[in-house]
Amino acid sequence: MAAIKQISIFAENKPGRMARVAKTLADAGVNIRALTIAEAGDFGVIRMVVDDTEKGYKALHDDGFTVSETDVLAVEIKDIPGGLYEITNTLSVNNINVDYAYAFVTAKAERAMLILRVDDIERATKVLSEAGMRLATREEIQNI
Amino acid sequence: MFEYWNPHIERMPIEDLHKMQEERLRSIVRYVHDHSSFYRQRFREAGVQPDEIKRLSDVTKLPFTSKRDLRNTYPTGMFCLPENWVVRYHVSSGTTGKPTVVGYTQGDVNMWTESLARALTSIGMGRGDVIQVSYGYGLFTGGLGLHYGAERIGATVLPTSAGNTERQIELMQDLGSSAIACTPSYFLYINEVAQKMGMSIRDDTKLKAGIFGAEPWSEGTRRRIEDSTGIKAYDIYGTSEMSGPLFTECHLQNGIHIWADLFLIEVIDPKTGERVEDGERGELVVTSLDKWAFPLIRYRIGDITILNNEPCECGRTHPRIMRILGRTDDMIIVRGINVFPSQVESVLMKIPEIGDNYQIIVDRKGPLDVMTVKVEVTESTFSDKIADLMSLSKAVSMQLKSVLNITAEVELVEPGAIPRSEGKAQRVIDKRKV
Repeated sequence: MAAIKQISIFAENKPGRMARVAKTLADAGVNIRALTIAEAGDFGVIRMVVDDTEKGYKALHDDGFTVSETDVLAVEIKDIPGGLYEITNTLSVNNINVDYAYAFVTAKAERAMLILRVDDIERATKVLSEAGMRLATREEIQNI
Repeated sequence: MFEYWNPHIERMPIEDLHKMQEERLRSIVRYVHDHSSFYRQRFREAGVQPDEIKRLSDVTKLPFTSKRDLRNTYPTGMFCLPENWVVRYHVSSGTTGKPTVVGYTQGDVNMWTESLARALTSIGMGRGDVIQVSYGYGLFTGGLGLHYGAERIGATVLPTSAGNTERQIELMQDLGSSAIACTPSYFLYINEVAQKMGMSIRDDTKLKAGIFGAEPWSEGTRRRIEDSTGIKAYDIYGTSEMSGPLFTECHLQNGIHIWADLFLIEVIDPKTGERVEDGERGELVVTSLDKWAFPLIRYRIGDITILNNEPCECGRTHPRIMRILGRTDDMIIVRGINVFPSQVESVLMKIPEIGDNYQIIVDRKGPLDVMTVKVEVTESTFSDKIADLMSLSKAVSMQLKSVLNITAEVELVEPGAIPRSEGKAQRVIDKRKV
């Protein structure tokens, strides 16, 4: 299974909330690989991929945040026009829906990484792999 | 296991009870008239003489009294005996105005204790039980009231008073508390803290019963408490004017037994002052039948409830009041519609995705009242999808609308964002300028 764990945090849309999350992770020595915020009026959901998910989850939970872990896919995107299309088209022809996605680039990696939450993670893993795309494992994310 | 403390009185045939009430009513009316200039004046204004009160139904000829009278005669103008008869005072906090003072003779304290001894026995308490009294001790009636009642039935009292929650939990464990008396909101907080300490009320303590009151609470909250902690949650009722906490449900949990030999109760329409039919909601009015330093004559308590005169299956013949639905003075009027916080609570506690705490905020935007209900998102049901959260808040809003007939905005907040209370929870914040 090539799924990786993403941490999601429920946060009120108020000054200082993001800073509190960041401080908790900093104090725990957890490094953030990728992050996105989805906001909906009074509240939002902070989603992130970190180097040590268990440690990050525990630190946030113990600090009283509403946290959950979600299975997502990390797919390498080729740094050429059509890179994103290749991935999304593969999912689309297989009738797999993308709930949300966000991307990040790392200094070491030559390629960008797309984080995807889909409605059928097993089938998505299968069709993406069969189409020749590379899915990052937990260890890879940890060691970027 | 579920016995009677005073079987002769508790199971007395209704006709005999009524006869007893009638005799006691006649003598208390005569007594207050002879002992208090306040009551004499009230009777004169109402054009009623003590000897006109012969039958129980004559009680409606007597004038109402209320908290306003108690404030106007501050501190002891409604007392019927000189201060040197008084063995104890209690004083209300005065959060809704001037504080009010109540006083007791030794006999009044004994009556209070007798009432609670019957109540505690009816929920299966007795010798061998350890009752942790987490109501505040001091000027508030809750702590000392329960304390004396629990001692009378031979139970062991653990007088923790309110506050210092971690210590409460440690002592509960170390001394094997089998029951706790506190506000339901404080117990939910204790449960929350226990979980944070890595322990469970169900598995790590001997707690089997909770005696919860001093604030209105709902059936939904009862179910939550019972399901999450495995204890039985009993409703307790009483106000400082009546003595303090006095009455509970029996083990059948179907209405609070009001001892008719001690108090005569009526339920009236708060607007007209007329009695409502049994089974209809209205304001509770109380006449004390065995209380001498500070007797009550048709005192308007301000609590909204429903009267049930049917004898209970437990064998007790005394009338019951169903859950306190709220107070006439904590009812909020939003866009002309009456809303009780307990109605909001009954809706919220049925929705598993939200936490045990809530707060109602009423504000005015332009000419319009806006009601916002803050609820906490719980981690066990937190979905990382925005759409799920949006539909949760929409579902809460729709269910509130179907019960209250008013649109409420629902705000999802982080766990712990709503202030916790060790006593009475502040459920309503009214920001409207009057």
